[in-house]
Amino acid sequence: MSATADRKPVSASDLAALRLAAVGREPWRSLDELADTAGFRRFVEAEFPAIAERLPFSLDRRSLLKLMGASLSLAGLTACSEAERIVPYVHQPENLIPGKPRYYATALSSDGYGIGAVVESHEGRPTKVEGNPDHPASRGATDAIMQAAVLSLFDPERSRTPLRQGEPASYGDFLKDMAELAGGLAASGGQGLALLIEATTSPTTKAQIGSLKQRYPKLRVFKHDPLASSANEQATTRLFGRPLTPVYHFDRADVIVGLDADFLGEGPGRLAYARDFARRRRVRRSADTMSRLYVVESTPTITGAAADHRHAVGPGLVQGVAAAIKAALEGEHDATSLPSLGMEHALVDDLHSAGRNALVVPGAHQTPFVHAVAFAMNARLGAVGNTLDFIEPTDAMPIDGDLPAFCQAITRGSIDSAVVLGCNPLHTAPSDIDVRKAFSMLKLLVHSGLYRDETAFLAQWHVPAAHELESWSDIRAYDGTASIVQPLIQPLFDGKSMHQLLAALGGEFNADMQALVRRTWAAVDEPAWKKALRDGVVPDSATTAVAVSMPPDIGGPTRHAAVADRLELRFVADPWLRDGRHANSSWLQELPRPLSKLIWGNAALISPATAQRLKLENGQVVNLARGGKDLDAPVWIMPGQPEDTVTLSFGFGRKIGSVAALSGGYDAFALRTTDAPWFADGLVLTARDSSARVVTTQHHQAMEGRAIVRHATLDAFRQNPHFVRDGVPPPPTESLYPDWAYDQEAWGMSVDLSACIGCMACVSACQAENNIATVGPDEAALGHEMHWLRIDRYYAGPVDDPDIFFQPVPCMHCEKAPCEVVCPVNATVHTHDGLNAQVYNRCIGTRYCSQNCPYKVRRFNFLEYQEFDKDSAGPQQAAHNPDVTVRSRGVMEKCTYCVQRIAEKRIRAQIENREIGDGEVVTACQQACPTQAITFGDLNRKGSGVAREKAAPHNYALLEELNTRPRTTYLGKITNPNSRIAGKPGTETGGNG
Amino acid sequence: MAEALGARAENAVPRAPVLRGHHDFPEISGRISAVVLQGRLPRFFWAAFFVCFVFVLLFLYSITYLISVGVGAYGINIPVAWGTMISSFVWWIGIGHAGTLISAVLLLLRQPWRASINRFAEAMTLFAVAMAGLYPILHLGRPWFFYWLLPLPNTHMHWPQWRSPLVWDFSAIATYATVSLLFWYMGLLPDLGVLRDRAMSRAGQLFYGILALGWRGSAFHWARYRTVYFLMAALATPLVVSVHSIVALDFTFAIAPGYYSTIFPPYFVAGALLSGFAMVLTIAIPLRWAFAVEDLITLRHMENAAKLMIAAGMIVVYGYASEAFFAWYSGQPYERAMMAQRAVGPYAPLFWVMLFCNCIVLQLLWLRRVRLNMPILFSIALIINIGMWLERYVIVVTGPSRGYLPSSWGEQSLTWLDYGILFGSLGTFFALVFLFIRILPAITIFEVEELVEEKGGGA
Repeated sequence: MSATADRKPVSASDLAALRLAAVGREPWRSLDELADTAGFRRFVEAEFPAIAERLPFSLDRRSLLKLMGASLSLAGLTACSEAERIVPYVHQPENLIPGKPRYYATALSSDGYGIGAVVESHEGRPTKVEGNPDHPASRGATDAIMQAAVLSLFDPERSRTPLRQGEPASYGDFLKDMAELAGGLAASGGQGLALLIEATTSPTTKAQIGSLKQRYPKLRVFKHDPLASSANEQATTRLFGRPLTPVYHFDRADVIVGLDADFLGEGPGRLAYARDFARRRRVRRSADTMSRLYVVESTPTITGAAADHRHAVGPGLVQGVAAAIKAALEGEHDATSLPSLGMEHALVDDLHSAGRNALVVPGAHQTPFVHAVAFAMNARLGAVGNTLDFIEPTDAMPIDGDLPAFCQAITRGSIDSAVVLGCNPLHTAPSDIDVRKAFSMLKLLVHSGLYRDETAFLAQWHVPAAHELESWSDIRAYDGTASIVQPLIQPLFDGKSMHQLLAALGGEFNADMQALVRRTWAAVDEPAWKKALRDGVVPDSATTAVAVSMPPDIGGPTRHAAVADRLELRFVADPWLRDGRHANSSWLQELPRPLSKLIWGNAALISPATAQRLKLENGQVVNLARGGKDLDAPVWIMPGQPEDTVTLSFGFGRKIGSVAALSGGYDAFALRTTDAPWFADGLVLTARDSSARVVTTQHHQAMEGRAIVRHATLDAFRQNPHFVRDGVPPPPTESLYPDWAYDQEAWGMSVDLSACIGCMACVSACQAENNIATVGPDEAALGHEMHWLRIDRYYAGPVDDPDIFFQPVPCMHCEKAPCEVVCPVNATVHTHDGLNAQVYNRCIGTRYCSQNCPYKVRRFNFLEYQEFDKDSAGPQQAAHNPDVTVRSRGVMEKCTYCVQRIAEKRIRAQIENREIGDGEVVTACQQACPTQAITFGDLNRKGSGVAREKAAPHNYALLEELNTRPRTTYLGKITNPNSRIAGKPGTETGGNG
Repeated sequence: MAEALGARAENAVPRAPVLRGHHDFPEISGRISAVVLQGRLPRFFWAAFFVCFVFVLLFLYSITYLISVGVGAYGINIPVAWGTMISSFVWWIGIGHAGTLISAVLLLLRQPWRASINRFAEAMTLFAVAMAGLYPILHLGRPWFFYWLLPLPNTHMHWPQWRSPLVWDFSAIATYATVSLLFWYMGLLPDLGVLRDRAMSRAGQLFYGILALGWRGSAFHWARYRTVYFLMAALATPLVVSVHSIVALDFTFAIAPGYYSTIFPPYFVAGALLSGFAMVLTIAIPLRWAFAVEDLITLRHMENAAKLMIAAGMIVVYGYASEAFFAWYSGQPYERAMMAQRAVGPYAPLFWVMLFCNCIVLQLLWLRRVRLNMPILFSIALIINIGMWLERYVIVVTGPSRGYLPSSWGEQSLTWLDYGILFGSLGTFFALVFLFIRILPAITIFEVEELVEEKGGGA
């Protein structure tokens, strides 16, 4: 490895020497490599004898991780000038009561688009992100990544100081250099200067770039967004003469066709779409109706799992299928050359009968042709203006080009100074562009980012960026609604916002973050500004729909020649790490991927049939080659994956940061080329003799004929609303133990399996709310993961085309809890309001409760997973929820129904001398859920939301025959398949008996 | 009829005698006490002790590591949160049972053949219970709070939860350990008196003199000794059944498939006797050979132990059959699937090895030739020891690994620490046996003298 190869041998065994040693021009590839040197060992032995003794054992990578958090991270960061100042209030701020959290509305960025958030702050310390109910892209929900924002804020490995040529420098020095640069540029009109920005919708950025361009007419601005696709822009430009963005209304759609579109899991509007989609599919009585979803997709997604009819095809075939559906819709029967789904006619009849309530959604990464076909079908059905609107793009920026253009301009010599804001092209560029070479030709490279990443190592100046919870900014949502991003905390490491750097470039060196944003919204008066800050949205800022007319000619498909005996390649972004920007977040690394349930690494997904044909098994390493590039990846057999298609995900393979260094997997950018950013054919797969560890949290995928997820079609439900009782014995009613009496509340939860889309937001929210530890890949591989709430994913039916079911499993809080009777020390007890409480202080760790739990929801602190020493815990301890105990090793823990939230509401209700209102207590999982699948409340209260849910005919308890009488119950999953399309055997009602 | 058949069988093949050859009192007490008092033990004794001592060190290291790092260092997880700490515990407790059976039950039944083997069998019980008692504590996530299982009045408002079998278990083991220790010590008193009298050194006289509690061998002493010893035997006898039944309730009480089975208490007791007698043979066969006491511990003892093994073993075989049958007969899909997975799932090799050891190999003991062939009998005893450990491990892990929800199916795999503690405890157990042989008479002097008296020898 070059970073260590050109290093001087370490002689002194102290940290200072180690730091010096680690200051290279490039990052070390893994901390293992750095750590596996004599110098490091001497340092560890001197400073941490306990850890040194434990270093040889594999399970102690965790200790290594802790150590990294404490000190090794500093090695790469070279200096820590800014100590966190925590002083008691001299003057207590108005309205602040110590111990009572405050909530601030802001917005978090998701691929550049805003999703509204309300952040809980304890004494100035943000601890929890909730959705903003007033924000159109959130509607009160969050996703898993938003939950992890507080963890990344306190990440000790964030860049802490400006670096000049890799050496610590002051921000003043940087400004001095900028002043010189600005002076020179003012004379030349910005000749040779370029900006490279990441995806953003910030009006302030737009305005700043505009004024910079006025100041420097020759300034050029490029955008690099590795997860974007230009297909929609191309298609709408071709069809309507200008780029437009579609906005969907799933609440109005009766029949939805997804053309490789993962609208529930991807895209800036996904939370709102999921809410609308689930609302249109809410069935409680026989008279209720629901929408029908057809999905054609090239890799399994949660949208496909939610579909009533799912059809897996290779990514290159999607345009053919789209064309076939369009031909059938338009009554052309001679389109025999097109691939057949076997259900076009039933599908098309459905679309016709839905008329303007139909909706065809193209996948963002699909070809412009697929977009055009989808828009044309929507237009023909009259859906445009009803289920689909077109708006002016919200991310419009005065952009001169993309990354390839940027690199070309450098190579041609027309750019010699560049400012890279946020993005990390050295990692995320397609492999056929030599970014390193291009960037090396620059005279000046300024980089701003949260981490000292690959690009930062190449830069002359690296400036730490302010986290979005530390910044003033603004951002637009998928529908154009603007939000003001307000800081929850002073920048911890003196990071600078993108706006401050742009201002400095324009000669404004000491600009205040807030003032820069306020200037953009100068037209808004002070009360309205305050209101916008409080509400989290700027009123009436949503973009209005534009009227479009569909041209008759939509163009032809992109040429896609299938190569015989080769595989197709499909790229996806990792749902949590995205392009790798969140790779240093242990919460996200350890959060199971919705379908594969993989953690701490990615794998090449292949279908069972392909695996059988190529004789591959899970974890086997294969070499994947295309266009002269190749990579090694472990395979993972994925039911529902189209045949001869390999899915690779971005986000892994990065070794920057100690958490990321622990993860496995490959870097899929190594196979990506500019001509095929999202899918390609001609992939050559060669099996290797080795295998790699792939960590998963669920090893068995079938329900084994047990009535676990009970499901039925809508028709079957109408005939028999009590289908969940079919074929299962009635639950027993007697018990040896007397019933509990409830004078006050009796809490209960209902989970609607029809609404659950398996997005994992609840699991992440639970982790953030309840201080749940992450354990690292080694421990997780042993089955030691700690999530209190898990989402079980089951497959049923044929392995190549299975039905996919999700089932969130929190603690059931059984009335007759098997755990309670076996605990020898009374550590798990029944409370007066029906909770099954775990008393950590009493627990001695016999683990009998877990052995006796049929649902296996209990989690055990097998090792010391949390850091209790405040000096070595690092800043991340600040992300802990102060209302929840941090558990030590040797004790059992589990879902508490967020008892701290119940207690908070009870205290408030008692102060106000009233009962706790229905819906007043909201659990963390419930609050995060985008589809409102979870209802929580008091079962004793007549007409409470949860009592109503439990009165639904398809309410059932998991494993009710065991007489545990769970308080968490489920509503059976109801699907709405088209009766004209032959279903798979046993899918009408299933999972019973 | 039966008696006649028995008599004929007796005539056909003469049974090995309980005591072989001609002996007298001074010879017996001299031979047995010489091992202890003269201490000139053969070189191999110390070599073997050294090997055991290395394992004692391994045991200490493993325990230190376990307590300082946490229970996650050995192979447990969710869903299989119990592992070798529980299976080894059950195994060790079972080993102890043979000692209690020999010393208490056979005493009450007036079986004279117990005399020369009861002392070391009791010692074996004591050491096995000592090993067994450590395991549940090492099993705990927070072992330093093990005493919270005791009903101690305290200020932190903590009281055991009496519905939990673990509380019963704790009492059962504590009772068993106490009774075993007292019974063993009681039986030692006359021999300690002999050792005191025969000791040449002042230190030896003091050591054994204090331990002998003033035993003078008067008629009063013997009369009271007899009364107390028989009373304690009567107290210890129910423990043979109750301790392991309560251990079995740890499983039976749970609703996990594979645990919830009412056959467990009797079948655990039978398994305990099987493994206990296997361990008796594992120790006795090398012991009688190494110390040339084949005339005191005769083939009769070995054969009787083997007969008890096959009797207990057949009950265990019946237990296996009935467990499988009732899994099917219950009609419960969970129970059936668990049983099927036990036979074909990831733990299937262990299951089949267990059946081979405990069911197939056991049948060899029907043959008298095998029972009287010490190398083969020793091998069978070892195999059954292994088989019985596997049985407990299979029961502990297969149920939870194939529980109610397939999403939570999973296996645990053993780490070095599981092996470190298991083999460390075996080493410690044998090291204690070696120390016992060195310090105390391994064969009861006065009871063998009684045999001599009955046989017509004596002084």
